[in-house]
Amino acid sequence: MIDASGAGASLTSASAIVDAVAAGVQSPGRAIEQSFARARQVRAGADGLNAILWSDESAALHEAATVEERGAGQRAGGLAGVPVVIKDNIATLDTPTTCGSHILEHYRSPFEATVVRRLRDAGAVVVAKTNLDEFAMGSSTEYSAFGRTKHPLDPALVPGGSSGGSAAAVAAGIAPIGLGSETGGSVRQPAAFCGVVGVKPTYGRVSRFGLVAFASSLDQVGVFGATVDDAALALQTIAGRDTLDATTIDHAVGDYRKPVSSLRGLVIGRPREYFPEQLDPQIAEHCDRVLEHCRSLGATVKDVSLPNTNLAIPVYYIVAPAEASSNLARFDGVRYGLRLTGDGLRGMYEATRSSGFGPEVTRRILLGTYVLSAGYYDAYYAKAMQVRSLIARDFAAVFGSGVDVLFTPTTPTPAFPAGSKSDPYEMYLSDIFTVTANLAGIPAMSLPIGRVGGLPVGGQLLAPHFAEGTMFRVAQALERALGGDAHR
Amino acid sequence: MSTRESFAESAAPATPGTDYEMVVGLEVHVQLLTRTKAFCLCSPEFGAAPNSNVCPVCLGLPGALPVLNERVVDLALRAALALDCEINPISIFARKNYFYPDLPKGYQISQYDRPLATNGHLTIESAGDEAPTTIGITRIHIEEDAGKSVHDRFPGVTAIDLNRAGVPLIEIVTEPDIRSSAIAGAYLRSLKQLLEFLEVSDVNMEEGSLRVDANVSARPLGTSVLGTKTEVKNLNSFSAVERALDAEFARQVTVLDAGQRVVQQTMLWDANSATVRPARSKEASHDYRYFPDPDLPPLVVELPRIEAARGGLPELPGARRGRYRKDFELSAYDADVLTARKSLGDYFEEAVRHHRDAKTVANWVMGEVRASLNASKREIEQFAIRPADLGELLDLVSDNVLSGTAAKRVFGIMAETGERASQIVQREGLVQVRDDTPLQAWIEAVIAEHQSEAARAAGGERKLLGVLVGFVMKKSGGRADPRRVNQLLAERLGL
Repeated sequence: MIDASGAGASLTSASAIVDAVAAGVQSPGRAIEQSFARARQVRAGADGLNAILWSDESAALHEAATVEERGAGQRAGGLAGVPVVIKDNIATLDTPTTCGSHILEHYRSPFEATVVRRLRDAGAVVVAKTNLDEFAMGSSTEYSAFGRTKHPLDPALVPGGSSGGSAAAVAAGIAPIGLGSETGGSVRQPAAFCGVVGVKPTYGRVSRFGLVAFASSLDQVGVFGATVDDAALALQTIAGRDTLDATTIDHAVGDYRKPVSSLRGLVIGRPREYFPEQLDPQIAEHCDRVLEHCRSLGATVKDVSLPNTNLAIPVYYIVAPAEASSNLARFDGVRYGLRLTGDGLRGMYEATRSSGFGPEVTRRILLGTYVLSAGYYDAYYAKAMQVRSLIARDFAAVFGSGVDVLFTPTTPTPAFPAGSKSDPYEMYLSDIFTVTANLAGIPAMSLPIGRVGGLPVGGQLLAPHFAEGTMFRVAQALERALGGDAHR
Repeated sequence: MSTRESFAESAAPATPGTDYEMVVGLEVHVQLLTRTKAFCLCSPEFGAAPNSNVCPVCLGLPGALPVLNERVVDLALRAALALDCEINPISIFARKNYFYPDLPKGYQISQYDRPLATNGHLTIESAGDEAPTTIGITRIHIEEDAGKSVHDRFPGVTAIDLNRAGVPLIEIVTEPDIRSSAIAGAYLRSLKQLLEFLEVSDVNMEEGSLRVDANVSARPLGTSVLGTKTEVKNLNSFSAVERALDAEFARQVTVLDAGQRVVQQTMLWDANSATVRPARSKEASHDYRYFPDPDLPPLVVELPRIEAARGGLPELPGARRGRYRKDFELSAYDADVLTARKSLGDYFEEAVRHHRDAKTVANWVMGEVRASLNASKREIEQFAIRPADLGELLDLVSDNVLSGTAAKRVFGIMAETGERASQIVQREGLVQVRDDTPLQAWIEAVIAEHQSEAARAAGGERKLLGVLVGFVMKKSGGRADPRRVNQLLAERLGL
């Protein structure tokens, strides 16, 4: 077992780096150099973890130098000198943006994502583009055209997915902050598996401009942090209305980092559908300990019900593939990316798309095309959208009844061995506790709450729309209360 | 989107010898007059170098997102209100999915089951005694244009120009209310005129800012069930629409008379052979898999915005015609001619502000001005004579400074050079001559040259007096005052 976990990392938290740079005791380039050294040490590239697909050390150091030129303090920005890793379905300028797909193997974006620009404006430096399930379709980072990413604690295991590369890189101490994307749990699930913090914001909280679309009504850029504070710092840097994304909402971004010591007055809901009989008893025990901490911190814990939870996976696997089938139509070999010739125009399309997309992406395009077809639309897509609104109504009812935040396990199991889920439907079930937040558009996050058999387990917080502030407040209090227990 | 939903399968084939009536619905695509495309900041300008007006959004690059140009909504609203449509307070953008090399995203952003506007109508005034015809408007929706495939530029390959991709359009779909090709033509001319008045589009068919597809069916006269329709495309002028409708209707009647059924398909008009032929069947068998576009929130149009658009509607052609007849006492024909294009009417009204005899201005605009524009193949916007200058010229005539003949000469120079009438009159010495001495000298010269005509005129042949006046006018280079010449000549001949 390679110990590539954060335990041996020389990097400190994002805020520690920012403070050191602001105080002038550390140059912005220092943490960037350390990040590349750490990546080499843990063999983060294709010869090892395979968490990193592309990186450009000289470009990163050059960027760090420009941060230095801005000077120390406020002008350097809120993330001055902090190394960040970016999932490879988010557009960057210095490195390719491939979505883990052959069809975009050498593609470089002529523009960068709003989230990347906001991080860089704040002084953060992109050190790597990270591996993912092709077009973010998967839960294990096994379905990348560039090989699977390995779990930092055990190479035989998966790191979760689809943002497995970013999760593994943050867990391995290469960067305190990473960006991922969420469509059904692709940040929270790998965060839980790798023992880091992962946040999916409210739909519309963060710009999708530059995020290569999978399922546009569910997609949201999410953040990984080595700690709750790192994740909060990252999210408040990238959040807020973007005129380039019509689905962002003009809602004030609060301070997600307010220190708290008490949860007095808060009501924490425990939805019974997320604690089924067959839940791993050790995961259940860790969850009970968290709820006990909530009570000791002054919160009230209340049993609640979200009755339509069992419909979430079927609804998700209609809505997401439907949108994906349309979003991925642009990869046709005409303008950019892979082009293979065939018999005429149709032959070119067929050769390019058959060869360019992997089996899981192909499966979802076919599924999505089917459910949108004439004669099937009402039975599948229209019906799924109706049920989706029922799931959203479940949350609205619970939050309307005085519950501030919900607590659940993030996943039904810890990280599983690579190759162990050959049936697609079994793989889909690993997102059973996470897809609901995407369908309802509410914010949710996972934080480490302990280990089972030496592997990290995540606890999930779900909050009402735009209540990220409350969610972070609870997460921070729990992180402090759990202390070292979170990683034991 | 089309009216296809409203066409049922055809009734049983009719017996030979049946009389048929034509049933037509039209789909008109209109490019909106915006400074930027529908969902990005690129220019929609026509004729730019290929692929020069493009950006990540209209190229459909991975990660790019559309943001609606609100100007598009305002222009679409204006058209919808002028066509008496109901505005949907919430309309939905939908994706129309199909693969084509000039469609960068693999889908076109359009509106489907919840369009911006529904249930309107356009009333066509007829020139003669017939009652006006009202054509129902089923719907108006907003959509983006696709790019252009260029098949003849490079041998053996197809080139793609994406300048047009993302250009804003509205599609105006009529009910199957049109019963003849002439009414189809009248509807199109009337719609084009309306859109021009609204300043919603430059309605230029050559540049593709107005495009027409037609749905045609035939049914036995006196029946009400709709026959199977075909969709006729490639109609690049209004006269092509009229001719194609007649050709397709005749073809369908032949099919029905032979006891066969019309096949629902897309037909292409071939202007060279003046025939319609079926498009490749693939083009007709699309399943567009429409669904709401998750990148664009529902389009919410609040009542105040609708009222503001309604309040901002300019005077429409019908109202302007009425006003011209009432305020300027023009004939129905004159009012029609002057309101055919908004810019022509604007020119006329501006000139009337400078010369108060509206009938004279109308005659000059309809006569000299239009003839000059036709001869030089220019639009009124580029005409060298500004309305104020035309007014000045007509003032010179009514003040008897200039004869009508001389005025036409001056007009010709003005149209060439853009100079003002008074400058030309000064320089060319064209001021009307009313002094008897020079007039009498010209009269004497003319009588000397045309003695027999003068004698016959003196003998009572009145019409020869007019001829002699003409000779005097000619001799004076158009400068003589014709009324005074008439008087003097009559006196001279003892009449």
